[in-house]
Amino acid sequence: MSDYAATGIAILSTVLVVAPLVAIFIYLIYKGASSLNLAFFTQIPKPPGESGGGMANAIFGSGVLLLIGSVLGVPIGIAGGIFLAEFGRGSRIANAVRFTADVLNGVPSIVMGIAVYSLIVLPQKHFSALSGGVALGIMMIPTITRTTEEMLLMVPNSIREAALGLGLPNWRSVLSITLRTASPGVITGCMLAFARVAGETAPLLFTAFGNQFWSANLNQPIAALPLQIFVYAISPYDEWHRLAWAGALVLIVLIVVSVALVRYVTSRGVLKGAS
Amino acid sequence: MGAGIQVSGLNASYGSNHTLFDINLNMPANNATALIGPSGCGKSTFVRCLNRMHETNPIATVTGKVLIGELDIYKDLSPVEVRRRVGMVFQRPNPFPTMSIYDNVASGLKLNGFSNRRVLDEVVERSLKDAALFDEVKDDLKKKSGASLSGGQQQRLCIARALAVDPEVLLMDEPASALDPVSTAKIEDLIFQLKSQYTIVIVTHNMQQAARVAENTGFFLNGKMIEFDATHKIFTNPSDKRTEDYITGRFG
Repeated sequence: MSDYAATGIAILSTVLVVAPLVAIFIYLIYKGASSLNLAFFTQIPKPPGESGGGMANAIFGSGVLLLIGSVLGVPIGIAGGIFLAEFGRGSRIANAVRFTADVLNGVPSIVMGIAVYSLIVLPQKHFSALSGGVALGIMMIPTITRTTEEMLLMVPNSIREAALGLGLPNWRSVLSITLRTASPGVITGCMLAFARVAGETAPLLFTAFGNQFWSANLNQPIAALPLQIFVYAISPYDEWHRLAWAGALVLIVLIVVSVALVRYVTSRGVLKGAS
Repeated sequence: MGAGIQVSGLNASYGSNHTLFDINLNMPANNATALIGPSGCGKSTFVRCLNRMHETNPIATVTGKVLIGELDIYKDLSPVEVRRRVGMVFQRPNPFPTMSIYDNVASGLKLNGFSNRRVLDEVVERSLKDAALFDEVKDDLKKKSGASLSGGQQQRLCIARALAVDPEVLLMDEPASALDPVSTAKIEDLIFQLKSQYTIVIVTHNMQQAARVAENTGFFLNGKMIEFDATHKIFTNPSDKRTEDYITGRFG
């Protein structure tokens, strides 16, 4: 009897976890799917009053910003995690780094935007794609660092000893054995960080700024999906509201697709029986 | 070819915990030497001093002299160089879980920058044959993970991995303690054959095992080496009362 109860509670909890995601998704499709057409993916926004137009530049801009963010955040984040788990274990500097990462993780994203604004935008005297990417990258670091650390600590010590026992230098053992063994978890951490910043709006307000036109110049303001959604959603035009819904739908789908793609690509090398 | 091992005045400790006291020992080349003794007597610490694995623990210290062949491993060689010459097989099989069988065996060479395909193929095949595993895995070398094998196969994979870097000495820390009797018998046969090429030091709790595979046996108790002699002498006519008590099962 109690077995059934436990199973029932587990099923109920699963439904409660999945329900909001499904509900959001269905609502987005209901509100946004009708505004999705080829033009949405190929055209840039039209001035208010004119119908049509799309968010091609914002989709592209989000891609650029996330690329800069990942190029910056993934290596630094993983390196930080390696330091915490493998080299600095128990040292005072490691404790300081871990504490800083946890605090950084809790900093509101708008504060991150202001920080990057004063660090990059003010000295340069203009908004830029670069500063937006940097803001996203910095936001990715603490998540990646802490998950990398956790995943590396889960690698049993016997694996490290096996590597050292073969006469591998410690750095080699860390990079080619320990990190490789932990890589599925590390990749999950990177994807979590990626998905989190992909929807960030606040840190881009003062940095990437948004752009109504095509731009691939890293030194110029650039459009981003979340920014575009924000601008359209608070506008007074019904047409723009519909485009905002469509944008939100595209944003979610793109995040899911890119996470699934990375998972697929990184899982192709996994062997039969590998844990 | 194996190299002889001469240990003199070896002391080791973990922090303030002194675990090995003034060990002196001479292990001839191309022989198997068994180390027996109750749990916690220091035999594992001792073998970990022979490939400088002991010092990977930040609070561990070691003093004394260990000659492998002509070289003092604490003076003339770096830890990395020592471990290339002195391979180790651990108590629990520890194949690299994300690597194929082939990559597990090749890892020691590959990750040290050796990339000649043909030679790697040869070394992997020879090592797996020496570890009596080749016939069981030859069809899945690059398809299956090392972790997909059975426990006994995993341990032989780990032996093959250690052999692939062509060491002079092979340390085995209770290599069969996690295995069933059939796998244990295979490992013992293997030790017998490997003696012709390597010097073997094996820690074991199983006294029959020591008697079966080793020319010489050392008895450890409370961090000291009580007695070291030819295996048949230790098991039939030990000169120390404590050795006799241990092998007759009066304690330990």
